[in-house]
Amino acid sequence: MSSKNIELNQKTTYETFTQEEYMEMKEELLRPVQKIGTIGKLWIVFLVLVCCAGVYAYYVQETRSKYVTVSLRDYTMWGVYISNFVFFVALSLIGVLMSAVLKLTHFEWYRPLSRIAEVIAVAAIMLAGVSIVAAMGRPDRLYYLVIHGRIQSPIIWDIIVILTYISTSLVLLFIPLIPSLATCQNHLHNKPKWQMKMYKMLSFGWEGTPEQWKILKRCIKILTVMVIPLGISIHTVTAWLFATTLRAEWDSTNFGVYFVSGAFLLGVAAMILAVAIFRKAYNLEKYLTPMHFDKLGRALVLMSLIYIYFNVNEYLVPAYKMSGLHKNHLLDLFVGGDAPLYWSVVFMGMIMPATLPLIPAMRKPLPLTIIASVVFIAAWFKRYLIVIPGLSHPYLPIQDVPASWKHYSPSLVEMTIVAATFAAMMLIVTLFSRFFPIISVWEVAEGKLEGKDEIINYK
Amino acid sequence: MEKEDKSRRKFLQFGLLAGATGLATAILPGCQSTETGKKVKVLTADGKLVEVDSSHLDHHAAKDGFSKGEIRKGIEGRKFIRVIDLARCANERKCVEGCQKAHKILPPTEYIKVKKMQDSDLGSPYWFPTMCYHCDNPPCTKVCPVDATFKREDGVVAIDSDRCIGCKFCMAACPYSARTFNFGRPEQTKFTEANKDSIPENNCTIGYGAEGTVSKCDFCTNRSAEGLLPACVLSCPNGAIFHGDELEDVVTNGEETFRLKELIRNRAGYRQFEELGTKPRVYYLPPVKRQFPFEEATEAHNTIE
Repeated sequence: MSSKNIELNQKTTYETFTQEEYMEMKEELLRPVQKIGTIGKLWIVFLVLVCCAGVYAYYVQETRSKYVTVSLRDYTMWGVYISNFVFFVALSLIGVLMSAVLKLTHFEWYRPLSRIAEVIAVAAIMLAGVSIVAAMGRPDRLYYLVIHGRIQSPIIWDIIVILTYISTSLVLLFIPLIPSLATCQNHLHNKPKWQMKMYKMLSFGWEGTPEQWKILKRCIKILTVMVIPLGISIHTVTAWLFATTLRAEWDSTNFGVYFVSGAFLLGVAAMILAVAIFRKAYNLEKYLTPMHFDKLGRALVLMSLIYIYFNVNEYLVPAYKMSGLHKNHLLDLFVGGDAPLYWSVVFMGMIMPATLPLIPAMRKPLPLTIIASVVFIAAWFKRYLIVIPGLSHPYLPIQDVPASWKHYSPSLVEMTIVAATFAAMMLIVTLFSRFFPIISVWEVAEGKLEGKDEIINYK
Repeated sequence: MEKEDKSRRKFLQFGLLAGATGLATAILPGCQSTETGKKVKVLTADGKLVEVDSSHLDHHAAKDGFSKGEIRKGIEGRKFIRVIDLARCANERKCVEGCQKAHKILPPTEYIKVKKMQDSDLGSPYWFPTMCYHCDNPPCTKVCPVDATFKREDGVVAIDSDRCIGCKFCMAACPYSARTFNFGRPEQTKFTEANKDSIPENNCTIGYGAEGTVSKCDFCTNRSAEGLLPACVLSCPNGAIFHGDELEDVVTNGEETFRLKELIRNRAGYRQFEELGTKPRVYYLPPVKRQFPFEEATEAHNTIE
């Protein structure tokens, strides 16, 4: 028996949580790591196959003419790769909102969610990087960013904050994992030797002494505080990649908050999806409860309202003036070729999630999961609408060019790579949850021990 | 005043030389280098045409291409500037073709484009040649993460295609859509390969950028170094494009030469989107007292994908 258990035993003063319950909880939370079923394996194989398709598509893109393999042209020179990059950066803010902010504001229902959020954040920000490399004309010169980097370029700011955010998020994912690694080492059986060795090495001799707990808690607290401004800066700087240009459609002082608020909405939607998938796939209904859906449904309404507010600022205020600079772009979105997509995103991605979950029945797991899926898809197209229609409406009119230069629609190669980034993100999250408990055992136990109402009174 | 005259004379010689020998140079007195045996005709300061050995010429970078340092610095003592007389443009597209020929690029890629513009409902449409404006406050060079595009002392915004990583941020930053990207269009790649020998090695100054990099109008600085006017200027049958040097206060279309400031002052020269604060180095003279009535383009030129 690990010394951590002994330590917890000494603290077990609340009647609501007994040693037996704790053992049972460990058993349940380690089950997905202990045994991978056939469906679980098939899922991993499927994700690996999609990733392989993406790698092949990238090989095709890089070895053949990009004029043929990719639909990008001189005017729309940023396509789905860049909008996908913005999407993934937005997604990575899930760690900030669903883990750090809830933790610091003492919303105790964060406890079973925090690790899910953090691993999605780490995976998403990595795939954001991959999307950028896929968009580069000369990926072989990537290291020039280091040897020739200039600080006045927003791209360099973005790289600096993203690298800082990745490192901080990784540490923030890892530190609370240490006690869980010791638990894994003690409780898992019939696992390959290297896996047990990995747990032992990574737990860094964790014994669960009061002093170790004190240091751990302090580290987590510092990192949790740090990750919030970092998360906000990565997405603000990503917004600045657009806002620092002179193009009318991006020339907005609203852009930073507009992006961050959109990321929070996406974060809540992604969290609902992740909770729904994990509780079904890993039988975690006892930990990821209807209460979580209820709370997340409310959060979805709040975030939608905030996002709508910034959208009104971003689109309706310029639309009221309808200046010559904004006209082409705005009219294209409101009544032109991109209008069907634009209004779908407005209704499906903002108005629907701001209103439907107001009805309690819509905050039940199934309806809320459906709502969240729609919001998630709309959020991807929202980034598409920010990047692409803007580029096809420059100040000087586009005249006398081939048809493909005027209208961008992503090629098969581009869409395969985008699909692969999604598969890779899910693969990272899946593999992580197959090697480490996706719900932090000790954080949930701690909540119980401290008698936190939201943790004890599962509905 | 005297100084100004001198410099103008210098520039006129520069232009004359361009026509006469294709090499604008000054004789380097007491040159130590070994003779090449290749004779070159040059015009001396007192107006005589003489033949000298090519090793005596010190014509800046035109010798064997530019070194990296020279590319970033630019041509010494020059500040290139351009004035386009919109009253003279009839959209004959000779500038586009001349440019494509000089830079070995194929349609639909154009460094110089001619657009139909109409400023107001009652105003009449006019043809508007547009290219990289080599802005004095260039939004494109600011955002480049690796210093692959930069502003030179001679006013030119250049691209080092050996440095460019192909992020296309400069293209997003340019409000004039002046930049093009080499996506490796098969016809172009074949054409570049076939014309390899006639394209100087260094892509900074001529030719289409390497595949996966950005390129654009370079004000034909390689031709300026040789004393030639830019390809579009010489190709224009109506002399609509005036190229010159701000320091010498002179612009010319090869036939007519004007004092730059006087021309802009007298003909109400303006710059496109002055309000963006980019400070373009290309001025336009408004399309008044036109030489040609406006005629709609009868065919689309870039229909081939």
